[in-house]
Order: sequence, then C-alpha cells, then structure tokens
Amino acid sequence: MDMMLLVLFAGALLAGFLGSLTGLGGGVILVPLLTLGFGVDIHYAIGTSLISVIATSSGAASAFVKEGLLNIRVGMFLEIATTLGAMVGAAIAYFAPTHVIAIIFGLVLLYSAASSFKKRNEGSISIEQHKIKHGKFAQLLKAKGTYIDTTGKTIDYRLQHVGGGFIVMWIAGILSGLLGIGSGALKVIAMDSVMRIPFKVSTATSNFMIGVTAAASAGVYFTRGYIDPVLSMPVVIGVLVGSLLGARILLRSQTKSIRIVFAVVIAFLAIEMIYNGFVKNI
Amino acid sequence: MQKEKAAWGDEQMQNLLGSILRIGVLTSAVVVIIGGILFFIQHPGETIDFRIFKSEPARLRNVHTIVIEAMNFRSRSVIQAGLLLLIATPVFRVLFSFIGFLIEKDKVYIFITSLVLIILCLSLFSSYLSF
Repeated sequence: MDMMLLVLFAGALLAGFLGSLTGLGGGVILVPLLTLGFGVDIHYAIGTSLISVIATSSGAASAFVKEGLLNIRVGMFLEIATTLGAMVGAAIAYFAPTHVIAIIFGLVLLYSAASSFKKRNEGSISIEQHKIKHGKFAQLLKAKGTYIDTTGKTIDYRLQHVGGGFIVMWIAGILSGLLGIGSGALKVIAMDSVMRIPFKVSTATSNFMIGVTAAASAGVYFTRGYIDPVLSMPVVIGVLVGSLLGARILLRSQTKSIRIVFAVVIAFLAIEMIYNGFVKNI
Repeated sequence: MQKEKAAWGDEQMQNLLGSILRIGVLTSAVVVIIGGILFFIQHPGETIDFRIFKSEPARLRNVHTIVIEAMNFRSRSVIQAGLLLLIATPVFRVLFSFIGFLIEKDKVYIFITSLVLIILCLSLFSSYLSF
C-alpha cells in the first residue's frame, strides 16, 4: 500500500507539473491518470481533482496578485455564474452514470487538445471601440479596468457582452463541477473572446476564479462522501508540488514544443476515456 | 473617513487577498502532510481499494466530527481537516473581499459578493438540501 501511495504521489506530481507548464491545469491529466491508470472510481477521482485544483489555482493566484493584472470586481461578478454552474455540475455528477461522465470528460479533453494548437489572440480592441459598446449594465458593474503592459504603457479596457460572458462562465462552472477540472481555458474564452478583456487580465482573473468555482462543487463532493483522505493526501500534495515546479520552469523556457507533446498525450487519453465509457469499463 | 479611503484601496485589497490564499494553501498542505505521517504510523501496511465508490463514512463527511477526531490525532480526520481548510481558503478570500467592499462602501459589489457567499454556503451545506 505504501508503494501504491508513492506511485500515486509521483503520478500527481507529473500531472501538476505538466498542467501548470502547459497552462491547461492539473485536473485535465489527473482524472484520466487516476481512472485509467489506477482504476480509481471516477467520482473519487473527480473529488480529489477538485481539491487539487483549489490548491494549485490559489497558489498561482497569489503570484498573479503581485503583477496587478487581476480585475477583482469583474471576477467577483462572474463568480456568481461559475459557482451556480459548479453546483449544477456537482448535482449532475451525483446522478449521472460513471460511463456517461467518462464520455463527456473525453470530449472536453479532445477539445482541450485541439485548442492548444490554436494561436492565441493577444491583442485587444482599442479603447475607442470599447466606449461605443459600453452598456448601462456594464457601467453599473464598473466593468472596466487598467493594467500596465510589458512596455510600461497603461492600457484601459472596458467590457462588452457581459450577458454572453456570464452564460459561458456558467457553462465553465458546470464542467468544473461535473468533471473536476478548473475549466480555465473556457473561463479565458469567456473573458478574452466574448467580453473582450485583454488576454493577460483574462488569464490572471480566470486563475483567481478557479479556486472559488472549485470550492463550490468541492463542498458538495465533500459532504456527499466523494473525497477520500487516503487517496487525496498523496494526490493533492503531489499536484501542488508539481505545479510549483512547472511554474518555475515556465518562466524560463519556451513551451511550444511541450504544448504539442502534451496535446497529443491528452488526445490519446481522451480517446481512451471515450472508448472505456462506451464499453462501460469505467 | 477620507483618509481611511486613501489607506484602503483596491491594491491593498489585492495584496491582502493574495496573502490569504498563500497562507491558506500552506497551512492546509502542512495539516494534510501531518495527517499523512500519522496515517503511516497508525495504519502500517493497510490496503485500500478505490475502485468502487461506496461513499465515505459519515464521520469523514461531517465538519463537526472531523474537527473532534482531528483533535485526537486520528489520521484520516486530520487529512480531512486539512482538505476542508483548503476548500475554505477561497471562501475566506470571498469573505475578505466582502469586508473590503464594505469598507469602500461599494453597494453594487457588497450585493454581488454576498450572493457569491450565499451560493458557497449552500454548497457546503448541500447535503441538507433535497437533491
């Protein structure tokens, strides 16, 4: 047994490391690892993953705070959507058969793999364009902000399509609660592509929100008995240490090639999850 | 009042929230590791099967019993206490944001933050709901 816990720790370390290096998050690789690799029941895997997600995102968010990229207000407003979604997701997970969860997980994984090949749009719309579309609701929310970019220039931004962003955030919350992942990619899409928040602010704020979102569903998982202490202990510590290591290397290295390798691995895991779901082997 | 406003801004709030997250994660990691060490001492060579979901016993799901048993150094309860602390960390972050918005007298965000707090509390006590 001691050996098993050691292997679990090593696996979680790797999941956390790759998750933070690629920016996809630890949960994306942790749940397939636990279910496919260790034969853990998917409910336990998701519960443990959610806890790990809280640990890594809170750790990362405290680093983002220093850079002043966060928008606490916008994050807080959107957390209404993600926490509501997270509770819905946890409720679905409670009723859905395990093989159905596995298939949905596989599909989301496939999408993550595909999207890591996509080019990221780092540019944002100029302030003039924002002013035109800044609605009354956005004004009420004080939905704007400034940040200082790498060249030292102060950049103003204003939000658009607040309603649309809110809905995408709700879906991100559901997926987080149902699958035990941070849904960071979808949160960034909601802010960056839908609400037109600068990419850097979106990434930082998304990370800040992941912990609260995961806490909302983790509470449900905990009280329903989906969180096992003996499984969680090596996994949470492993993912946390792994993600800290990953964040250190991320600062120094070019990650494009790692991204591609990781995407291939994820696609493979996705197909494995979907296959096992269909033959009800999970 | 004016002076207080100058001393307490969004930047101070961000720094405070960052510290809360850092301290929360560190503390819970330490508690989980202590629980893990206790587990190896109390249950040498125990085998556990994670393959079939059978739900944790009530004593490991209930905050009250977890705290009592953790005080008595029962390893599983100590780990659960650490995990609960981790779940509580973002909740504390929201709670302190709420206090921050109260100080700033930002009515819109006092309302928004209390909504988030209510949802989080609902989730932590969801076992009493009927779904």
